Amino acid sequence: MIDAASMGGDLPVVPPKDNYINRAYSIKSWLLTKDHKRIAILYLITITFFFFLGGAFAVMIRLELLTPASDLVQPETYNKFFTMHGVVMIFLFLIPSVPATLGNFLVPLMIGAKDLAFPKINLLSWYILVIGGIFILYAVVAGGVDTGWTFYTPYSSTYSNTYVMAAAIGVFITGFSSILTGLNFIVTIHTMRAPGMTWYRLPLFIWSHYATSLIMVLGTPVVAVTILLVGLERVFRVGIFDPAIGGDPILFQHLFWFYSHPAVYIMLLPGMGVISELITAFSRKNMFGYKFVAYASLGIAIYGFLVWGHHMFTSGQSIYGSLVFSFLTYFVAIPSAIKVFNWTATLYRGSISYDTPMLYALGFIGFFLIGGTTGLFLAAIGLDIHVHDTYFVVAHFHYIMVGGTVMAYLGGLHYWWPKLTGRMYPEGWARLSALIIFVGFNLTFFPQFVVGYMGMPRRYAAYPDDPVWQMLNVLSTAGASILGAGYLLPMVYLPWSMRYGKYAPSNPWGATGLEWQTTSPPPTENFEETPVVTWEPYEYRPREEKVVVNKILPTD
Amino acid sequence: MNSLFLLRNFPLFPDEGSTVARNVDGLFFFITAVSAFFSVLIVAVIIYFFIRYRRRSETEAPQPIEGSNKLEITWTVIPFGLVMIMFLGGAYVYFTMARPPRDTMDIYVVGKQWMWKIQHPEGNREINELHVPVNTSIRLTMTTEDVIHSFYIPDFRIKQDVVPGRYTTMWFKATKPGKYQLFCAEYCGTNHSGMIGTIYVMEPADYEAWLSGGAAEGSLASQGQKVFQDLACNTCHRSDAQGRGPVLDGLFGKPVQIQGGQTLVADESYLRESILNPRAKLVMGFEPIMPTFQGQVSEEQLLQLIAYIKSLGAPGEQQQQGSINTPQQSNQRPTSVPTSAAGANRGGAPNSNQANTGAANQTRTPARQGNREQ
Ligand code: HEC
Ligand SMILES: [Cu+2]
Ligand SMILES: [Cu+2]
Repeated sequence: MIDAASMGGDLPVVPPKDNYINRAYSIKSWLLTKDHKRIAILYLITITFFFFLGGAFAVMIRLELLTPASDLVQPETYNKFFTMHGVVMIFLFLIPSVPATLGNFLVPLMIGAKDLAFPKINLLSWYILVIGGIFILYAVVAGGVDTGWTFYTPYSSTYSNTYVMAAAIGVFITGFSSILTGLNFIVTIHTMRAPGMTWYRLPLFIWSHYATSLIMVLGTPVVAVTILLVGLERVFRVGIFDPAIGGDPILFQHLFWFYSHPAVYIMLLPGMGVISELITAFSRKNMFGYKFVAYASLGIAIYGFLVWGHHMFTSGQSIYGSLVFSFLTYFVAIPSAIKVFNWTATLYRGSISYDTPMLYALGFIGFFLIGGTTGLFLAAIGLDIHVHDTYFVVAHFHYIMVGGTVMAYLGGLHYWWPKLTGRMYPEGWARLSALIIFVGFNLTFFPQFVVGYMGMPRRYAAYPDDPVWQMLNVLSTAGASILGAGYLLPMVYLPWSMRYGKYAPSNPWGATGLEWQTTSPPPTENFEETPVVTWEPYEYRPREEKVVVNKILPTD
Repeated sequence: MNSLFLLRNFPLFPDEGSTVARNVDGLFFFITAVSAFFSVLIVAVIIYFFIRYRRRSETEAPQPIEGSNKLEITWTVIPFGLVMIMFLGGAYVYFTMARPPRDTMDIYVVGKQWMWKIQHPEGNREINELHVPVNTSIRLTMTTEDVIHSFYIPDFRIKQDVVPGRYTTMWFKATKPGKYQLFCAEYCGTNHSGMIGTIYVMEPADYEAWLSGGAAEGSLASQGQKVFQDLACNTCHRSDAQGRGPVLDGLFGKPVQIQGGQTLVADESYLRESILNPRAKLVMGFEPIMPTFQGQVSEEQLLQLIAYIKSLGAPGEQQQQGSINTPQQSNQRPTSVPTSAAGANRGGAPNSNQANTGAANQTRTPARQGNREQ
């Protein structure tokens, strides 16, 4: 139990003598480390690289779309750009983003453990990601892939003349990285909680990572096998998906979306966990409806497996199948809504500070509201028929994936930056970049809803020469430049702060999580002695004084 | 919500060119209104809290609040009710889109990297253009020669994937003459964004004039009849019930008993499968002797064959396919069928398109039973 007074703002801060960063300096000590914190840093560097690679493709896409004609590059090149943008961003950035970096770093710290349950497997999962990444990079460098990240058959299995196999093998391999990470988290959360750290005392970040891990372990094998089948058909002409050799192209879509819809939650749920931490820390309040938020994560993870058919309303699947999928999709909307309401209610009578992470959290909620409510449009079958495969969908999932996940990731990165590095980031610059990102993001993606409803299909190298369409695309490209600048800023000031930033105290925000009870940066063993937890989650003020608005669930 | 309909003349909003467009937009405005209301409400509350409860001193420690069952139930039940309305609205609109009315004019579409090939029942063909009469229900039966494409007319608010190896269908009724954009909406390779075209919605008289300008090869059914003879289908399928295969007259749209006891309706997909993969579903009482024609007929020929089989003594209300506005057209069609060979083979059945419909229907069952005895 930590009250605000204990944050010791005035004491001169000295860095801990011995921490996970200065324990050893050799390259080998990093590449063979079993320390989850160092592995998190390895992931951080890797996915930052892939984020900017995927971003570079996005820049090319937006530049091509400045004019209606396909004039900057040939259509086949454009098709490779959007494919590689999607493949790199999804499989090499978004899926590992929060769990592999912040999750890796924080799961043991937050539950009071010394490491993950399987440190070597944790390192292995990083190597697997890198190897998968190398295959994908090879595909990019050798000449690119043009199937779209969705690898729809029979185009991918029979018709495309690009480096489909290399990319497919890459995707197949990276899958194992997330399976192993998921397994590691599940076992760790089950078996390694510190004394007194009951399930209902776990931070919501842990709950959401637990739910995410379930999806990783249950869903990823399906996409791995699906991609393998595409490879089999491509290389050995086994008729699985191509009707010309006896296959069923729609089967691929079922298998692919069976994973890829839940994968949306692999990307989103950890971000929601981050937001729960940020909202509570920067309003100094316990989470309103803690158990509802916790179970909403599990609900989303489980329900997420039942709705894949909403990607296939136009595929010719049965009318009644579509009805069921539409109905179930609306069900999934509810736990997400519950989270937003509880975050809002948490602010009530809080002590709200405007530090950068909180600004990101605010941005997240705004984007998530738009991304989430536009999901309601897409779940309505009759409406989805019109907007499916248009820019409306592109805008929708960017609001969720970029507006949601990336905002949460950046917010979390700033929040835990002092813990990761032992230094504070420059607050002014950080707020500025959050603002730029917010403006740039909206300018990029909001016009896409409009042009999408007007009918502009996605994956179009050229579009009809209509001044309104072009205006909307120009706005979008302008926004993307602003957004790009917003993303580049932290790339400058965060590394800068590692050398020049102020030393961070153990608990710069006065937050309650166990991770703040150890030094910044933590020692390799995380805690000098195993912590014993005797307080409730987010207990910013001792329990006795708690006001019970309408007490629901007895605490244990 | 009617005031919102003003938006329809707004340059940022697509034209409403079909009967379903209005429903789709109505749903769009409803969901927009609900979403905007709640989003604005939540954002307003958050901003209010941000200002009202901003941190005033570094040592502030607000009182914890546990949560509230009542609130949780409220904000579960209300959104649930609202999204169920959206679900029902979406389902309703979808049903009007997915179920064509009884009398439709059938047009056939074959997608191919990267073009749309269209065949009218009168025999007219076009590429990347589709001419249709206004205020007429048009039903498209579609397939592709290669990868998946998707037939999308934004102003009509309809879209349907076109999938290799099977037929998908969509229908629409255009409400205003004019030109409308056609897109391929499913990524299909290099020139995906070039797989576009134009829908010309015409007054019936103009459409007639347009029709009579093409169709050198005769109606689709007569083209199909030619294929039927070229591939020697008529050696087994004869209308006098003497062939080794079932009589095809009056087959379309009728239930078929297949071996194993199931009964299916003979629609386009069934005919397609019967030709390409005859053994998948064997007609009750027949031997599996029909060879597969996979690889021997193109998608377009297949559609012609189907159009021909459909034209064979079809039930009265369906035989006029393609000519709802133009009864005189349907009179022309049978005469354009070359009758000599067909007449010999099939006991004059092609000529009896009009006259014999009822009879063909009634004799269908006995004819098949006759066949079974062989
Ligand atoms: C060797 C004789 C033979 C030839 C040639 C033949 N068929 Fe058949 N066909 C059959 C038999 C026997 C059946 C019934 C058994 C079955 O379902 O396969 C049949 C069934 C069908 C059916 C399903 C009929 C029903 O009542 O459900 C269709 C449609 C059909 N054939 C079309 C064609 C077409 C079109 C061709 C030419 C491209 C063709 N057939 C050539 C023998 C033949
Ligand atoms: Cu989905
Ligand atoms: Cu296409």
